[in-house]
Amino acid sequence: MFEIFGIPSQALFGQLLLGLINGSFYALLSLGLAVIFGMLNIINFTHGAQYMMGAFAAYLLLQYAGINYWAALVVAPILIGLTGIVIERLFLVHLRKLDPLYGLLLTFGLALIIEGLFRNYFGSSGLPYQAPDALRGGRNLGFMFLPNYRGWVIVLSLAVCFATWFGIERTRLGSYLRAATENPVLVRAFGINVPRMVTLTYGFGVGLAALAGVMAAPIYNVSPQMGSDLIIVVFAVVVIGGMGSIMGAIVTGFALGIVEGLTKVFYPEASNTVIFVIMAIVLLVRPAGLFGRTA
Amino acid sequence: MTGRVLVPSAIVRRRDTDASLGIAIALMIAFFVVAPFFVYPIFLMKALCFALFACAFNLLIGYVGLASFGHALFFGWASYFTAYAAKTWGWPPEAAIILGMIGAAVLGAIAGVLAIRRQGIYFAMITLALAQMMYFFALEAKFTGGEDGIQGVPRGRLFGFFDLSHEMTMYAFVMVVVVAGILFIYRVVNSPFGEVLKAIRENEQRCVSLGFRTERYKLVAFVLSATLAGLAGSMKALVFQLASLTDVHWTMSGDVLLMTLLGGLGTMLGPVVGAFAVVGMQNYLAPFGQWVLVIQGAIFVVCVLLFRRGIVGELAHLLRVRL
Repeated sequence: MFEIFGIPSQALFGQLLLGLINGSFYALLSLGLAVIFGMLNIINFTHGAQYMMGAFAAYLLLQYAGINYWAALVVAPILIGLTGIVIERLFLVHLRKLDPLYGLLLTFGLALIIEGLFRNYFGSSGLPYQAPDALRGGRNLGFMFLPNYRGWVIVLSLAVCFATWFGIERTRLGSYLRAATENPVLVRAFGINVPRMVTLTYGFGVGLAALAGVMAAPIYNVSPQMGSDLIIVVFAVVVIGGMGSIMGAIVTGFALGIVEGLTKVFYPEASNTVIFVIMAIVLLVRPAGLFGRTA
Repeated sequence: MTGRVLVPSAIVRRRDTDASLGIAIALMIAFFVVAPFFVYPIFLMKALCFALFACAFNLLIGYVGLASFGHALFFGWASYFTAYAAKTWGWPPEAAIILGMIGAAVLGAIAGVLAIRRQGIYFAMITLALAQMMYFFALEAKFTGGEDGIQGVPRGRLFGFFDLSHEMTMYAFVMVVVVAGILFIYRVVNSPFGEVLKAIRENEQRCVSLGFRTERYKLVAFVLSATLAGLAGSMKALVFQLASLTDVHWTMSGDVLLMTLLGGLGTMLGPVVGAFAVVGMQNYLAPFGQWVLVIQGAIFVVCVLLFRRGIVGELAHLLRVRL
């Protein structure tokens, strides 16, 4: 046991860990938002609801189909991603030529529908979801105690974030995506099916949200409103980072999670609001966001 | 250079079609006068407060094209200020309401300065985030009463004379204030200032190139909208004798957006119709619990996909008039 700035190291590192966990979710969700915004020019307000659906999918798969956590990590994002594809085909496809504002309104409406339906069937109280046996317990790192599951969440989300960044910035498919973001008409002229790419991109972004939901299920209780408050914080993260860059979304997400964790140690009253305060400061100093390219 | 040069057609057209809007406003006022003899005044007062709230919101989204997702901030905090002044300090209602409006104006100026630094979708996200921040303040601050809110707010005597605890007197007061608020918005929208706002909505770059300091216009519009939303919130605090977290929560920002969208973005009377429709629906569907959320979401989806003009907008389009 030792102390840093008068704070016991256990408490400090414990909150830093919690901050990193939150940061993992901020990063995964703002990454999904950035990917969707890049292709569809829509801010996906349903993102929080889709994160919640991911957590519920894991819960329901375990309860009724006996599918465990590890399989759910793969199955739930695919299932929820498919519902995303249906949403894109049914609704979002009609918004291409409209002001992006309508995309926000429509996805907001969808989020209300989904949250309302889940509250009807599952009530407002949280449902427990156990971490898998292999990840129970924890280990002592000398300076702090690390629960295995939490370490796993951080490692997995870093890996997923990196894979997404690599896929978009360093592969051929990613170069098509980036080209279609810049000039969809020209990319279509080269014989690439851009509308299908848009649909799949939305499905992928939704899948990322659902994956975050599955990862969150053992940490927070599974409840219908778990997404709606989170998504507002993620919006602030997106404003701070700017949606121009994939790496920006990831770095901002983790960094803000850590800042939030530190605030919990040094000034707990402000821990709910610190991200919004940072957003206000960033808007004053650098309106385009830390990684934003356009003003 | 003035706004007249920029959009002469709008000004010419206004003379021809103002009659229909005048008739519609007269009908609306007549309805407000007659309605309390047939419907619960408390329901009507709620709808009236929301009508003013939605009109104030529409001033921003409908006429400047700025979509705020955080208007609950001004509505809810003004209701806290008014409730606190009336209950704890024993202020008369008119003073408490003015305090609420000033508070909303100050908050509007701060939020506006931050939010207008970005356009479009970012503007929506910033206002939402700022409102959420103030929601957490309301949750933790002492004077708001946290989860309990401020209950049992006295309605008091207006100008020391009219006893507002009498239901019909309160109704008359609310009606006069709301109608005055709507007429004020009408005046703003149809002033040279309002023409510049509409020009900004249509093409901001062009306004900048014509020499308008668009950010100043947007900020003034934002503060006006926030102040009027605050007036609506202050009235609501007196009507229900309650200021609570519900009024500052993001769902309230969603509600006012729904009212405006359903009634018709950028129409003068659309938000009024939308407010009555949504408040009525919430009233009748209250026993069905969470289904209200589902239905509201469905209305959003239907409005965006099929019905972007809204009720009044469609009506105006059919009759080829401006409402």
